[in-house]
Order: sequence, then C-alpha cells, then structure tokens
Amino acid sequence: MEAILKAALPGIILIVEALVLLVVALLHVAYTTYAERKVIGHMQQRLGPNRVGPRGLLQPIADVVKLLAKEDIVPLGADKGLFYLAPFISLVAGATSLAVIPIWNRFVLADVNVGLLVILALSSLSSYGVILAGWSSNSRYAFLGGLRASAQVVSYEVAMALSLVGVMLMAGSMNLSEIVKAQISSPFKIYALPQIIGFFVFMVSAIAETNRVPFDLPEAETELVAGYFVEYSAIRFALFYLAEYFGMVVMSAVAVTCFLGGWAGPFEVPGLPFFWFLIKLYALLFFYIWVRATLPRYRYDQLMGLGWKVLIPLALLNIVITGGLKLWW
Amino acid sequence: MAPTLELYTRKIGHPEWEEPFVVNMGPQHPSTHGVLRLYLELDGETVVRCDPRIGYLHRGLEKLSENMTYTQAMVLTDRLDYISSAANNTGYCLAVEKLLGLEVPRRARLLRTIVCEMARISSHLLWLATHALDIGAMTVFLYCFRDREWLLDIYEKICGARLTVSYPRIGGVRLDFTPEIIDELYQFTEEFPTRITDYETLIDVNRIWLRRTKGIAVVPPEKALNMGLTGPSLRGSGVPYDVRKFRPYDAYDEVEFEVPVGKNGDTYDRYRVRMEEMRQANRIIRQCLDKLAQTEGEPVVAEGAPDLLMPEKKKAPRAVPHPKKGFMVKGEEVPVVPEGEVYVSIEAPKGELGYYIVSDGSGKPWRVRVRAPSFVHISAIPEMVKGHMVADIIAVIGTLDVVLGECDR
Repeated sequence: MEAILKAALPGIILIVEALVLLVVALLHVAYTTYAERKVIGHMQQRLGPNRVGPRGLLQPIADVVKLLAKEDIVPLGADKGLFYLAPFISLVAGATSLAVIPIWNRFVLADVNVGLLVILALSSLSSYGVILAGWSSNSRYAFLGGLRASAQVVSYEVAMALSLVGVMLMAGSMNLSEIVKAQISSPFKIYALPQIIGFFVFMVSAIAETNRVPFDLPEAETELVAGYFVEYSAIRFALFYLAEYFGMVVMSAVAVTCFLGGWAGPFEVPGLPFFWFLIKLYALLFFYIWVRATLPRYRYDQLMGLGWKVLIPLALLNIVITGGLKLWW
Repeated sequence: MAPTLELYTRKIGHPEWEEPFVVNMGPQHPSTHGVLRLYLELDGETVVRCDPRIGYLHRGLEKLSENMTYTQAMVLTDRLDYISSAANNTGYCLAVEKLLGLEVPRRARLLRTIVCEMARISSHLLWLATHALDIGAMTVFLYCFRDREWLLDIYEKICGARLTVSYPRIGGVRLDFTPEIIDELYQFTEEFPTRITDYETLIDVNRIWLRRTKGIAVVPPEKALNMGLTGPSLRGSGVPYDVRKFRPYDAYDEVEFEVPVGKNGDTYDRYRVRMEEMRQANRIIRQCLDKLAQTEGEPVVAEGAPDLLMPEKKKAPRAVPHPKKGFMVKGEEVPVVPEGEVYVSIEAPKGELGYYIVSDGSGKPWRVRVRAPSFVHISAIPEMVKGHMVADIIAVIGTLDVVLGECDR
C-alpha cells in the first residue's frame, strides 16, 4: 500500500498542481475581462461594470452564471459534431500552453525541452477551433470569419516563430526555464533589449494570433457581426470568449518568459515568488487593452501585407543579425 | 429534380456555372446605420456586385402629412433624419412660409440658424462616432457621444425635447432662448474646438486610419455631380456647392463662414470636410449668439403665422366684424393657404434637403414630397464599392452618412 502511494505521489502532486494552475489561470482570465471593461471604460470617460458586487467585482461571475443559464442553440444545417467540438479545441489548446510556462524557477508543470515548439504547435491548433466553428456553423458570416482566421493565423504564425528564433539562438535552448536562466545570466538581464526587433515582431504577431484589435478581423463586429462565432450562444459562446482571453494570457506569459526575464526582478520580494512574473504579465495585458481602446482595425489585405511584407522580413533580418553577432562573439 | 452528384462535379472548374457567394448584409447588421440591406455578391473578400434594398423603415410620412394641417405635419419632419431634426423642421417651415408669403422676424431667423448649426454639429458627431466605430476605433465613439450629449441637453433646455425637437414653427420659432441657454451655448462654443482637436489627434494621423480611408471610394467631381451627391459628400470631391452660400436662407447671409472642400474625393477627404464643417458650424453659432444681443426683446414669431389649430377645410370663412352686432359674422371664404406649389431646399447636415409642397387652398397640404439626400446617396453605394473589399463597404456607408429614416420616409 505504502509502496503504491509512494509511486503515485508525484502523479498526485502533479494533478493537484495542474488543478491549482488551471483555477488560478481561469480566475486570471475572468478578471482580465473585468479589467478590460473597467480600463477601457475609464479610458472612454465612463465607469465600466459597477453594479454586481463592490465596484462590479463580481461581474465576471455573474456573466458566467448568465451564460450557463442561456439556451444552447445549434443552427439548422450545422455540422453538429464539429459545432460542439470547435470551442473546446480552442479552449483546450489555449489552456494547455500554460503547462510549459515557468512561472517560477521551481514551479513549472512540464519542464519539456521543446517548450517553445509546444507553445507554437498549440497556438496553431487553437486556430482549428476557429476554422471549424466558421465552417460548421453553416452561416456566411461565420464562414468568412473562419476564412479570415485561417489566413491570418497561418501567416502570423510564421512571423511569430521567426521572431522567437533569435531568442533560441541567444539562449541556446528551447526549454523555457533554460531561456529565463540564460537571460538572468546574460549581461542584459532581459532579452527585450538585444532582441528589440524580435520583441516588436512577437508582440504584433501575438496580437494578431489572438485576434485582438487592430487585427480582430475574424470577429470584426462591424463587418461580420461577430465573425466565426456568430451562431454560438450560451456556454459555447463563453468558451470562445474564454479561449480568446486564455490566448492573451498565454501570449503575454510567453513574451514575459522569452523577452522580459520571466520570474526575475530587480530585487527579491520575500514570500511572493511569482511577484515579478505577474507584474510583467499584467503590464502586457494592460498593453493589449490599451491598444484595443486606441486603434482602428486593419483591412484584410492590409493585414496580410503587413504580415508578409513587413514582419516576416524584419524577423528574418533579426535572425541574421543575431546569428552574425553570435558567430563573432 | 435535385441536381445530381455528376452535375456538382461538372460545376467545379467552370466559372460560368459557379454560383456567387451571396451575403445579405442587413437589415439586422450592426453597421448598416439603421435598416439598410445590401445584397452582396462576393469573390473572396472582393465585392462583385452590391445592390441596396431599402424600405424597411417606410412609415409613409409624405402620405400621412396629407391628412394633417400644415402645423401638425411639421412634427413628422422630425422623424425624417432623426439625428438633425431641427434642420428638417426649418426646411419645412421655410417652404410653408414661402407659400404663405410670411416674413420671419430677424431674431427668429438667428435662433433657427443656431439650432440648425447645433443639429449639424450633433449629426456630424454621430457620423464621426459611427464611422470610426465601423472602422474599428472604439474610443472615438464614446468621446463623440459625450459632446453630443451636451448638445442634446441644450436642446432639452431650449424646447423640452432632445431628439425630435420641433423647435422651429411656421413663421418663426416656438420659444425664445433664456439667458442661461445663451450662456451655456457660449460655453459650448468656447470648449468645442478643443474637443475636435482631441478627435483629430486620435485618428487624423493614425496610420491604420489613413490606410483605411485614403484612396477608398474615390469619386471624381463630375461623377459626384452625376450621381447626385450633395452636402459634405459632394464637397469632399472638390465641388464647393453649399445651399447656405448659393441660396442663403434664415440668417446665413449675415454670418461669415467658409465652405471646406476636399481634393481627391476619397473617404479621407470627406472625413476632413466634415471635421472642418463642425468648426465652421461652431463659428456660425458664435456669430449668431453675438447678434442675438442686438435683437433683445423682439418677437420670435411672424405676424399672422398660423397656429396649431389652423382650419382644415378647403376654404375658411373670413371673420368680419359686424358694424351693428359687434361680433364676427361669416363673410366670404378665402383659402387658408394660398394655392400653388413651392420647392425649397436647405443645407441639411447630410446634404441638400428639399421640400416640394403643393397646396390646394385648404389647411392641409395636397402633396408633400421630400428630396432626401440619404436616398440619393444610397443609390451611389454600388458605384462606390465596386472592386473594393467587404471592410470598405462599411467605410463607404459611413462616409456617405446615410440615415434610413430619411431614405425610406
């Protein structure tokens, strides 16, 4: 009995850790929606949610309860199986990426050697959810949204992957913990300084990858009503919503890990090992929200032009420069 | 018989057999400015054919007004372009006044000019708000609504209504301004130019905004004239036609203002023209307010203007005081409104708004016909979006500033 327990203990600990991480991440996602509404509200001279709970703090929970209670409608002629499946693909792909992100040097669920590749793979997997949702809804708007999403994700993924190559070259590893450790021991402390081009390309393509303003074409409200999830209602709609914010959180976490030095900070905060990681994460999330409040939306062809003609050449240039410098030193 | 599988397979690769990708944009669509429906045939994202289908907001206002007296029918004009109701009222009143041969007092003309320009500002603010929102800039929307709210509050203080004001009346205006309103309007005109500058800093030099508007839906001057565009949409193409300058009405001949024109006739130029027009409207309000002080205490309604209870019958008895009995007896019958027909057009915020009224002598109009700029502008949409993308359709609807209440009437 004891032997079995001993053998199972690491597994149990892992499951508990995973659950804790998932719950914490879900809370973060829920309150990112709250923060977005509140911050944009104040940027636009209004108050944002302020009715449910003190200062509207219970608003995300009320939203979830409301969406759970709504009717789950499947349009006639929809491909039912795929229609049900699509939001889960998006959400699972978004949430799984969290596993490889080192939040602290002693807290990383899956310390895999190809962490960056896992993240890239999962983020392209999440686009399947979008494409399938657009396809299976049997609606013109959703179909157009799905088409846009597939084109956008495919082209911006190239730019994003290329922008991370510079980081891999400098750190000499694809393990995310190793990348953070390499940053801490490097003279710059964070890679955002030497990899400034890579950081820029990454941030832009991360916004595109998560379908946020100014690249929110797949769900452009004023053009395609709601884009790929126009036919979704109730909890499936909420899942897409969650997936989008999970994407935001994951992309910000990757940016923090690869470019901003992960858990390291200018000084240790006693008792709060995650402090610096979270501060950087919140700063990036605020940046996302700020961009949304400020910028108009690109047009489809302009977006493609930006991706292929500006970001990818920039990322390639960055690789050449990084490689050259690495060779000389 | 249902098409067989063989037919489907044969279709592939034969462009003449392939059906177009049809999208019905509207009438329930967030950015068709009401209930416009566009039948779109798309090739990918490019528009092959665009066909506006209208009539979802038809209320028969023209026909309805045939069963009302002239004064009653004025409230219907509020519902034409419900964003700038004061301008619609003024146009209608001018037409009826011309029919009646009324001379409007100067103070009333100044007051009407002020509310018309307020309507222009609030209409252009709503246009900017929705145009920016359509292109994706969300914050401009709420900033514009903040200022529009201020204007609507002033309207409320002037006449009690915020949207459908019915403030002008045949022969003048309903009420005089109180000193508080004049003070508040001074405050507004003081503050408003800085607000416009605020919006311009948000989007004027924004690269995404420029790429979304420059070179989109270019209309050369001749084409703009041929399509019947008026108002800012025409002036954006460089034609300096403005009814306020060509046939001045109310107090426009005694105020100074410029007519901004564009150069290239693209969406960006039309945006610039409207922004500049808001500044000019602000200037006009300022000048009228200064002139109001000279006419303090003068009447705001013309002598002999019809009141709300004007007779409906074809010929109303003229009241003649009887020399012996002392009170009035029935005399000869005269027309309530002289027989005839008039056409009067004004520069409404959306374009040239015309009223054609036929009178048969009774207190009710025999026919009212509205020349609505939005109706003409909607007919220009297919020409303007040809070869553009789906996202540009939204920009074109926005740049023409159509409102369906006026189009469908």
